[in-house]
Amino acid sequence: MQQLIYFIRKYRYFLLFLLLEIIAFSLTIQQHSYHQSKFVNSANFISGGFYTKVNSVSEYFHLKKENQLLNEENVRLKNQLDKIGVPSNDSIYNFSDSIQNYHYTIAKVINNNYTKRNNYLTINKGSNKGITPELGVINSKGVIGVVKNISTNYATVLSILNSNSKINVKLKNSNHFGSLIWNGEDYAYVQITDFPRQAKLKKGDTIITGGKSAIFPEGINIGTIDEIIIKNHLYHQVNVLLFNDMSAIGQVQIVKNLQKEEQLKLEEKSTNE
Amino acid sequence: MNNIVIANIIRFIGLLLLQVLVLNHVNLFGFINPLVYIVWIFLFPIKKNKSAFLILSFLLGLSIDFFSDSGGIHAASTLFIAFIRIPILNLVLGKSDFDYVLFNLRSIAFLKAISFITILTLIHHFVLFSLEYFSFNAILSILFNTLITGVFTILLSILGIILFTKKK
Repeated sequence: MQQLIYFIRKYRYFLLFLLLEIIAFSLTIQQHSYHQSKFVNSANFISGGFYTKVNSVSEYFHLKKENQLLNEENVRLKNQLDKIGVPSNDSIYNFSDSIQNYHYTIAKVINNNYTKRNNYLTINKGSNKGITPELGVINSKGVIGVVKNISTNYATVLSILNSNSKINVKLKNSNHFGSLIWNGEDYAYVQITDFPRQAKLKKGDTIITGGKSAIFPEGINIGTIDEIIIKNHLYHQVNVLLFNDMSAIGQVQIVKNLQKEEQLKLEEKSTNE
Repeated sequence: MNNIVIANIIRFIGLLLLQVLVLNHVNLFGFINPLVYIVWIFLFPIKKNKSAFLILSFLLGLSIDFFSDSGGIHAASTLFIAFIRIPILNLVLGKSDFDYVLFNLRSIAFLKAISFITILTLIHHFVLFSLEYFSFNAILSILFNTLITGVFTILLSILGIILFTKKK
């Protein structure tokens, strides 16, 4: 016993180093596993507060771009409305029998990373605005990521530019599905790895969300195919040019799937049988 | 005595905020963000409580991690160079009995100070990027990032130390 105490006293400096290093490593490993909630994140009172302060100044520099995005989306939605043929001032049209599947909340990005291997964004809405983990985050141009950690007033978003991100996607003109990942090289391009060989891909095809995952609605834009690499007659890797400029994200929308629980319950039930 | 404590506290907070609010968003040439906060490790007095220094280095790294959502990678790498700081200093100065009390980075030869900073920076960056990529396949990316980011960290650190510390 005495020897043990002597040992600890003699090497206490090294043991302290070892203890702290183990803590740091376990925090790192926790970060790399998607499902475990983590303790170290920027969705807290202090970092969120600082980022909000800085953002309240820097957002003015992006106003012009934000305005243009908003205008573009307005035009797109107006054209869509016209195609569907709902008269804009018609009070007879009855919406009451249709079910709302998705609920959208707006939020502002107060911190954005896109040059690291694992990128996260911080947004200024948290649990008091009904945000929960695993909600989709999009903007008018396409998918941004998935909510990961929340606090009362802030939340962090696992960007699609992250090695832990894997999103179900499909081709716009056929029903072939794949998974969206990022190789960490260029923030303008993401990769799709597991397209079936039957899928007919060509450069310029649009990629949209697949809607298999219960996080994103089906048909949210992602990007266009830029390069197709074929190995052994299989699609080894497909490079996708994002519609979004991930380096300048301002306002985003958080998508809540109102039928998610029902869908997951049903899926679980069918796999158990 | 008290002056040193206050100076180190101010430096701790100042470098932390400089790193997370400004330098993490520089994106020089598209991807380079110099990690100048480790200057705090270089400038911390040698003859101080060694355990307190380790804990403070860990906290500095952890604070950076909190802001940049990076798990514990900054904490691990900052702690590591804090631990090997004195052995590296011995190596650079080529003797083990230098004057601990009066030690100051500005009081040793310029070239020796630069090699001390360079070695610690490169080790820090290598540990950091290894933990960030977390894969042996990415060894080329890790080395590339270590070197390129390291060059800018070293340049900015030396510039900052020359501009903001008094020569003894």
